Amino acid sequence: MHPAFSVIFLTTLIGAAQGLFLALFTAQSYAAFKLLPQPDAHAFYGQGSLLALVLLVAGLAASFFHLGHPERAWRAAAKWRTSWLSREVIVLPAFMGVVFLYGLAHWLDWHPVLMTLPGGLPVDPSAILGVAGTVLAFALFVCTAMIYACLKFLAEWHSPLTVINYILLGGASGFTLAAAFAAATAPELVGFLAGWAAIITLLGLLSRGASLIRNARLKPKSTLQTAIGIKHPKIVQKTQGFMGGSFNTREFFHGRPVAVLRGVKWFFILGVFLVPLPLLLAGMQGGVALLAGAFAMQYLGLLAERWYFFAQANHPQNLYYQSIA
Amino acid sequence: MTQLALVIDLNVCVGCQACVTSCKEWNTSGEAGPMGDQNPYGADPTGTFFNRVQTFEVGEFPNTETVHFPKSCLHCEDPPCVPVCPTGASYKRKEDGIVLVDYDKCIGCKYCSWACPYGARELDEQQRVMKKCTLCVDRIYDMTMAEADRKPSCVKACPTSARLFGDVHDPESAVSIAIRESGGYALMPEWGTHPANHYLPRRKTRIKIHEDELERADNPLKVDRQLPKPAMSEPTLDDVTTW
Repeated sequence: MHPAFSVIFLTTLIGAAQGLFLALFTAQSYAAFKLLPQPDAHAFYGQGSLLALVLLVAGLAASFFHLGHPERAWRAAAKWRTSWLSREVIVLPAFMGVVFLYGLAHWLDWHPVLMTLPGGLPVDPSAILGVAGTVLAFALFVCTAMIYACLKFLAEWHSPLTVINYILLGGASGFTLAAAFAAATAPELVGFLAGWAAIITLLGLLSRGASLIRNARLKPKSTLQTAIGIKHPKIVQKTQGFMGGSFNTREFFHGRPVAVLRGVKWFFILGVFLVPLPLLLAGMQGGVALLAGAFAMQYLGLLAERWYFFAQANHPQNLYYQSIA
Repeated sequence: MTQLALVIDLNVCVGCQACVTSCKEWNTSGEAGPMGDQNPYGADPTGTFFNRVQTFEVGEFPNTETVHFPKSCLHCEDPPCVPVCPTGASYKRKEDGIVLVDYDKCIGCKYCSWACPYGARELDEQQRVMKKCTLCVDRIYDMTMAEADRKPSCVKACPTSARLFGDVHDPESAVSIAIRESGGYALMPEWGTHPANHYLPRRKTRIKIHEDELERADNPLKVDRQLPKPAMSEPTLDDVTTW
């Protein structure tokens, strides 16, 4: 497939935002159970939510560049019963709304006790919004990933690993960002967040590595023989019916040499996993620059990872476009 | 239930591209808007087409067959492009099984084109919406046309009658008979899309002429033969009679 930068930015930006929100609420939950010190709610949860919201808005804005008719985008909420894209279109704004309200509750220090859990733990609106946001963040990961994973003839995507990768890679970049952000606003949480960022990054390395190994062994189900229904083992295309390009030759081919693909693959393995990991471990003691560097590296790596994700997918329609003339 | 479809006979398609140009001519002139072209007279022309004819060489020289392969939307009975559409712009008509795109609802997200294993859909760069073969839906029901013209434009244009059009769910229709009796098959059956369009395979046509079909075997003495045999230069019966 031809990697579209609109979609690359959409999925990486909202992935980081979802991970950041999950990191914020994880820290809040731990703090509620007195497992972590209570940070400055204004600065950490309030501004952290704002940061997540900025990423979400940027991702949403990027997605509009993918559309032929962005002014009709509202229509995309119609077919949520059958289309994962439609579901994403619904869940993304819902998640943005909850992140906004969650940040607002912390920003305004609005913490009325709504009820008390059996252990004597007070439940305030931010806790309820946090749980709702967590559910929506995971729902959004699933929707985004299922857009690709549900397409059965794109074998590289049609796997549960796609969903796991989206969750883990979004989570890893979000927790890394949260650690860098905490280094500036809530230093007492840095060790916790950087530690989890490292763990999720490591898990991401395992699942993305598994999908790389899986995809390298795939055997295409469709062949030129099934594509045109002629069983002879030797078929060569002589012309695809036109000499200039068409949508079929632009949308489904990345048009780069194999060496570029291999280079991008190793760049993202380094950028997403191998470089940020030691930076995160070193940053557990604090250090804004180290952690910000880890996030910048990981985000850059994720752009490459998403590019590779699209470029690697081999669409069966390409069988019909092997030779110009 | 009706399922309109094309049956394309690869045995007689000569790859003349008449279906390609007639399709473009008809569908670019309709009220749905033009099928835009970019850089049409430049070095790298491109544009929207609903139908293409490709050419494949099967076998190894010298034992090769050239197969011309017309390719358009197959109007699948279980179209994978329809459920993925987020707006409902892509739909399959209940009454005749045609898969259509509502150009006023399409947001141009291209997701349906990813979901089609055949590459049958193209984004029109001018209108910024997804387009595909409509089976000339604005033609086949047009009562102002003579009945013989109520067929897709490509079918009308084909000089070798390689394109048949009809209801593949009606077992007595010409297309159903052709599929049944001439080995009609579907493309990429492995995906379970059940394309409505079918293709008829190449066939070897051989005639065996027996000696007794040239000479009357039931008349060994040849009593009715004109004797002596007329010379080759003499006029034949065809030359002298009007029958």
